[in-house]
Amino acid sequence: MFTKRRSLLRDAWLLIGRLGPTYIRHARSVKSVRTMAECGGGDSSTSSHTMDKSITLPPDEIFRNLENAKRFAIDIGGSLTKLAYYSTVQHKVAKVRSFEHHTEDAASDKLYEISVQEEVTARLHFIKFENAYIETCLDFIKDHLVNTETKVIKATGGGAHKFKELIERKLGLKVDKEDEMTCLIKGCNFVLRNIPHEVFVYAKHADSEFRFQTTHPDIFPYLLVNIGSGVSIVKVESEDKFERIGGSSIGGGTFWGLGALLTKTKRFDELLQLASRGQHTNVDMLVKDIYGGSYGSLGLTGDLIASSFGKSATADKEFSKEDMAKSLLHMISNDIGQLACLYAKLHNLSRVYFGGFFIRGHPVTMHTITYSINFFTKGEVQALFLRHEGYLGAIGAFLKGAEEDNPNQYSWGENYAGSSGLMSVSPDMNPLQRARSGTFDMLEMDRLERQLVNLPLLQDSSSYIPDTVDLTEDALAREYWLDCFEEALDGVVKRAIGSQPDIPEVTERAEKFRQKYRNKLQTLRHQPFAYGSLTVRSLLDTREHCLNEFNFPDPYLKIKEKENDMALKYYLKVVKSLEELGWEQRQLALVRGVLAGNVFDWGAKAVSDVLESDPEFGFEEAKRQLEERPWLVDSYDQWLQRLKQGPPHKCALFFVDNSGMDIILGVMPFVRELLSRGTEVVLASNSGPALNDVTNGELQILIERIAAMDPVIQAGLMDDRLTLVQSGSSSPCLDLSRLDKVLAMVVRERQTDLIVIEGMGRAIHTNYYATLNCESLKMAVIKNSWLADRLGGVSVLPCCMFQKVLGVSVTTVFSSGTCSVTLIISEHHIFTVS
Amino acid sequence: MDNAESMVDKKGESGTFHVNNGINGHVANGGSCSCCCCGGGGSSSTGPGNCCSGVGGGSAFDSVQHLHHHHHHLGGGGDDAECNGSPAKRCRLRRRTESVRRSRPPFPWFGMDIGGTLVKLVYFEPVDITAEEEQEEVENLKSIRRYLTSNVAYGKTGVRDVHLELRNMTMCGRTGNLHFIRFPTQAMPLFIQMGRDKNFSSLHTTLCATGGGAYKFENDFRTMADLELLKLDELDCLIRGLLFVDRMGFNGRTEGYYFQNPSDTESCVKKPCTLDNPFPMLLVNIGSGVSILAVYSQSDYKRVTGTSLGGGTFLGLCCLLTGCETFEEALEMASKGDSTNVDKLVRDIYGGDYERFGLQGCAVASSFGHMMCKEKRDSISKEDLARAMLVTITNNIGSIARMCAVNEKIERVVFVGNFLRINTVSTKLLAYAMDFWSKGQLRALFLEHEGYFGAVGALMELLKTSDDL
Repeated sequence: MFTKRRSLLRDAWLLIGRLGPTYIRHARSVKSVRTMAECGGGDSSTSSHTMDKSITLPPDEIFRNLENAKRFAIDIGGSLTKLAYYSTVQHKVAKVRSFEHHTEDAASDKLYEISVQEEVTARLHFIKFENAYIETCLDFIKDHLVNTETKVIKATGGGAHKFKELIERKLGLKVDKEDEMTCLIKGCNFVLRNIPHEVFVYAKHADSEFRFQTTHPDIFPYLLVNIGSGVSIVKVESEDKFERIGGSSIGGGTFWGLGALLTKTKRFDELLQLASRGQHTNVDMLVKDIYGGSYGSLGLTGDLIASSFGKSATADKEFSKEDMAKSLLHMISNDIGQLACLYAKLHNLSRVYFGGFFIRGHPVTMHTITYSINFFTKGEVQALFLRHEGYLGAIGAFLKGAEEDNPNQYSWGENYAGSSGLMSVSPDMNPLQRARSGTFDMLEMDRLERQLVNLPLLQDSSSYIPDTVDLTEDALAREYWLDCFEEALDGVVKRAIGSQPDIPEVTERAEKFRQKYRNKLQTLRHQPFAYGSLTVRSLLDTREHCLNEFNFPDPYLKIKEKENDMALKYYLKVVKSLEELGWEQRQLALVRGVLAGNVFDWGAKAVSDVLESDPEFGFEEAKRQLEERPWLVDSYDQWLQRLKQGPPHKCALFFVDNSGMDIILGVMPFVRELLSRGTEVVLASNSGPALNDVTNGELQILIERIAAMDPVIQAGLMDDRLTLVQSGSSSPCLDLSRLDKVLAMVVRERQTDLIVIEGMGRAIHTNYYATLNCESLKMAVIKNSWLADRLGGVSVLPCCMFQKVLGVSVTTVFSSGTCSVTLIISEHHIFTVS
Repeated sequence: MDNAESMVDKKGESGTFHVNNGINGHVANGGSCSCCCCGGGGSSSTGPGNCCSGVGGGSAFDSVQHLHHHHHHLGGGGDDAECNGSPAKRCRLRRRTESVRRSRPPFPWFGMDIGGTLVKLVYFEPVDITAEEEQEEVENLKSIRRYLTSNVAYGKTGVRDVHLELRNMTMCGRTGNLHFIRFPTQAMPLFIQMGRDKNFSSLHTTLCATGGGAYKFENDFRTMADLELLKLDELDCLIRGLLFVDRMGFNGRTEGYYFQNPSDTESCVKKPCTLDNPFPMLLVNIGSGVSILAVYSQSDYKRVTGTSLGGGTFLGLCCLLTGCETFEEALEMASKGDSTNVDKLVRDIYGGDYERFGLQGCAVASSFGHMMCKEKRDSISKEDLARAMLVTITNNIGSIARMCAVNEKIERVVFVGNFLRINTVSTKLLAYAMDFWSKGQLRALFLEHEGYFGAVGALMELLKTSDDL
C-alpha cells in the first residue's frame, strides 16, 4: 500500500516537473497527497528497507554521465547517503579558426571558419539520497559503470561500516574508510575556496532568510562546529592543519533521544516540526518567573530562560509535546551556541561555521543557533552556515581518493544546470522543493580550464561584491528581472534552434533547454537563495549553463560572425572620420562611439527585436539614437580633464563586451587612440561564449583583420603594446575576484593604471560599485524592453563613469527630456530621468 | 597579536557584566573585617549607631585601628568567639561590640534568599539573652524563636538543615546559633500568610531578602503581611555570605573541601580546606539555573556567563522522564542507575578510543544518544534515565565552567548552590572534569553550606544597615 502511494507520489512530482510553472500554482492539492502518503508510511527510515527495490527512480537524471565515471566516494550518515564521483564530460564547443590564406579578394564571404568540436572537461558529481535507496542506487551504478580501472571506493560517515559489505558485493569495489573529521574539513575547505556564495547567515524574519557572505580570499583560520549526535568543535588553520579543540555530548542525538522520550515522536524532522509549533515559556523557568520582571542590574531581560525545564519539576501538570520539544530545542541550541562562543573567544576566531545533521537545512535550528550566538557574543560573532554543508564529507572523501589528480590545483565552478541548489525544508515551503530535497539532491562542479584569482587592482578583495543588486533581498527588482528573463526565453530558444539549422533533433533539445531554464526560474521565484545571492549575473550564468547542458555551446555564433563581418567593412571609414576631428571633439566622439557600439547587444531583448526586424539599423543610426549629454551618469568632463592634464596612462586593461559594431567600431578606435597616446592596451575578452560577447578566439581573428587594414593597430601588435588576454570567464558579467591567472600576471607586469569596463553586464549589473586601486572608466548603455516600452521604441541611456583613484565620488547627472522614466535597477537604486 | 588581545578585551567587556561596589562602601574593604559588625568608626567620630560606618579605603581604616589601640579595655563582655587574635584585634572587636550594641537591629534576625525553586532562610537564634531581655521580649518573638528552633520540619515542605547549624557564633556582638531552613518557592504564599497571621510586622524588624523572589514577592509581602522587604542583589549577597561563612568555619571544622585524586574512583577522597587568600576565584552557583562569576575581591566581581541548564533542568526533566516528584527522589534513582545505557559513548561509535583526537572510548559522545533507537527507549529503566540526566547536566556545567576559567585565567573554581546538596555524584564528577580536562591545572572546591550563602549575605546586610530605618 505504502509503496504504491510512494510511487504515485513520485509520479506526481515528475508531473509537476513536466508541466512546469503553471502547475505550481495548484500545487497545494498535491501537498495534501504527500501528507497522506506520509501518514500511510509512518517511519520511512525503517520501513523503506523492505521496499526500496520497488521504487523506480529516474536515475539517469541523477547519476549522470556514469559511463565516464571514475573514482567513487561515499559518505553514509544516519539517514542520508552522499555519493561522489568524477567524470569526464564531452561538450560540443564552437571553435572559430582563421582561414589559412586570407586574401583581400573576398572570394569567400566568410569571415572565419566555424567548427563544432568535442571538448572533454572534468566534472565532479555529488548526489544525496535517503539511505533507503542505497541498494537501488548501487544496482543502477553497477549496471552503468563502464570504467573498470576503478578498484576502490572511499567511504566515510557513521553508516559506512554498516553498508560496507553491501557496497563491496554490489559494486565489486574495495571499501576504503577515511576519517570522518578529516573528510569534513577537506570538503569544507574545498567549497569555501571554489563556491563564491557558499556561506550565509540566517535571518528568520528578514526579507530574505539567507544572506550570503563574500568569502574572504584567505579562508583560514576558522572554527567548524559540527553538530551530529554529539558536537565537535574543530579549529582549522590551513589545508592540512586542524585540531579538535573541544566538543560536547549535548548535540543532535540529545535532542532526538530526549525528544523521543518526552514526546513519543520517533523522527528527527517531526520533532523539529513539533518544536516549531511549541511555546517554550510553558516549560522553561524564565527570569521573569523568578524576578517578576527583568534582572535589571545584570541586564538580564525577563524573557531570558533562567532554567530550562524549570517549570516541569512538578507532578500535577501536563505539558504539551510541542512545548517540551521547543524547550528542548532552545536548551540544546543555546548550550551549543554558548560553548561555540567560549571556544571562539579562547582561540580568538570570528568565523564560526555550523554543520551536521542538526543544522542541515533546518530553518528552525539555524534560527535558534543564530539567536544563541547573537546572545552570547552580543552580535560580535555571526553564526555562519554553508550551502553545501551536507556534502562536505563526501567531497572530502572524494578528494582524499583523488589526491593524485590534484583537484585542489584547479579552480572549480558550480554548474547551475546540474545542481539542485539550496532547499529550504521549512514546512510551509514550496512543496515541489520540499519533496525533492527529501529524495534526491545534486551538486555538480565543473573543472575550470583556467585557474582563477583576484584582480590585483581590487581595492579590497575581501569586501568586493561584483553584483550591483542583490535580487535575493530586493523583492521588487527580483520579480522584475525574473519576468524579463522569462519573457526573453522564446527569443533565446529561437536563436538556439537557429544556430544549428542542419541538425535534426535541435527543436527537441531547445525545448528541453526551455523547460529546464524555466524550471530554474520557477525555483528561483520560490527560493531565490537556491544558488547563493540571486543576481542578474547568476540568472545569465544559469542560462548559459543550461544552454551548454543541451549542447547549444554558442547560439549567437552565426549572428556574431555576420555582425563582425558587417562592422569590419565600416572600420576604416569610422577611423577616417574620427581623424578628421579636432583632438577635443575626437575624444567625445570616441566615447560616443563606444556607447553607440554598445547599443548592439543581442542580450537585451529590445535591441535584438529591432535588429532582427530592421537590419539597416546601423552604427550611425545608433549614434543618432544616443541621448544628448549630459547622460544618465556622466563624468565625461572629468575624463577629458584627465586626458588633457595628466600624463598618458602606462597601460590600460580593457574588458570588452559585444561582437560586431561594439568591438570593431566602438572599442577599437578608442584603443587606437590610447595606443597613439603611448598607452599600452590589454584587451580582455571572454574565454568561452556568452550571448553575443566577443570571445578571445574571435577577437584574435578580428584583431588580425584590423591590423591588416590599420598600421597603428599593426604596430601595436608588433611592438607588443597591444595584447589580448582571456578573462577566464564565460559569463556576460564580470567577477573581478575570479579572473584568469595569466590576466592577473599581465596586469601586474605591465603596471596597469587604467581599467576600462564596457557594457551593461560588466559595468552596470556588476562592478558598478567596484572600487579599484587605479583609475577606471565604466561605459555602458542601459537598454531593456521594459524601458523601451515606456519610451515607445528603442531608447538607450548612456552611462559614462570615470573614477579617479580611491574615493572620488561620481557625478550623476540626469539627462533632460520630455518624458519621465524610472528605470528600476533595484529598489534602492532608481535612476530617474525626467 | 595586538588585535587578538583587544578583541578579547572587547568581548570581556561587552559579554559580561562587571560590578564593582567598592566605591559604594557597602562593605568595608579591610581584609580582616569579617562581618558587618566591623565598623571601626563606631565611636562618636562617625555618629551614633552606624554599625558599618562605610569606611571605604584601607588607609582610613588603618588610622581608625590605630586610634582604638589605646582603649582596649573599654569594651564590655568579651564574648567574641572569633576573638582569639592579637590584643589589638581583640580590642578592636570589643570596641565594635560596644558600639553596635546601641544600634543593633531588633530581633528576630533573618536573612532570606528567594530563588526560582527554593527559599533559603537563615535565622540567628541568640543564646546570650539576659534575664532582663527575656522579660522585655514580646511574646510573639519568643514563639517564633521556639517554633523555629524546636522543630526540624515546618509544614509539609519546610526543612531545617540541622547538620548545617553554626553554633555559638558571634554576629553583631551577640552570640547565638545560625539556623538554616529551606522550603519550596511554591510555598511562598503560605509563608507570607504565616507572617501576617503571626503579626510579624509588629516586631518592626527589617526583612532582608535577596534572590529574584525578593522582587517578585515584594508586593505580596507589603499588601498581605504589611511587611517591607529590603531587597538585595543576589550576587552581592552570595559572595559576602560565602566569604563570611568560610572565615567563620563550620563549628571548628573547615567550610571548604575538595577531592583528592579526583580521577581515580578508588582513591578519591574528600579533603578539608579553607579559602585562604580566596581571590581570584571562579564562582559557579548552581541553583535552578547557573551563574558563573569571576570574583576578584568581595566587592569586585563580574558575572561571566550563565546557563539555563541547571538544577531546575535536572529535576524538571527527571520529573517528566521518570515521574519522580522531588530532588531527593531523583537523586536516589540516579544513584542506582547506569548512564551508559542511555548515553552513546565514543566506543559505541568508534569501537574504542577515537585516537585521531585523543578521545577515550568511555567518553560520552552523545548524551541520550542511545535513546534515538526505539528498542533501547522501550527497555530503559528510570534509574538509568535519572543517572544520565544528572551526568549530562553536571558535565555540561563542568565544561562551561572550565572554559570560563581558562578564558578568565582563574585556576580555582568554587562550586556552590543547592544542586550540589546531598549530590556526591555531581561533586565528584565536577572535581574529575576540572582535573581531567585541564590536565590538573584547575581545582574544583566545594563548600558545606552549598546553597545558603545568599541568605547569609542578606542577614549580614540587615546587621549592617539596621540604623538606616
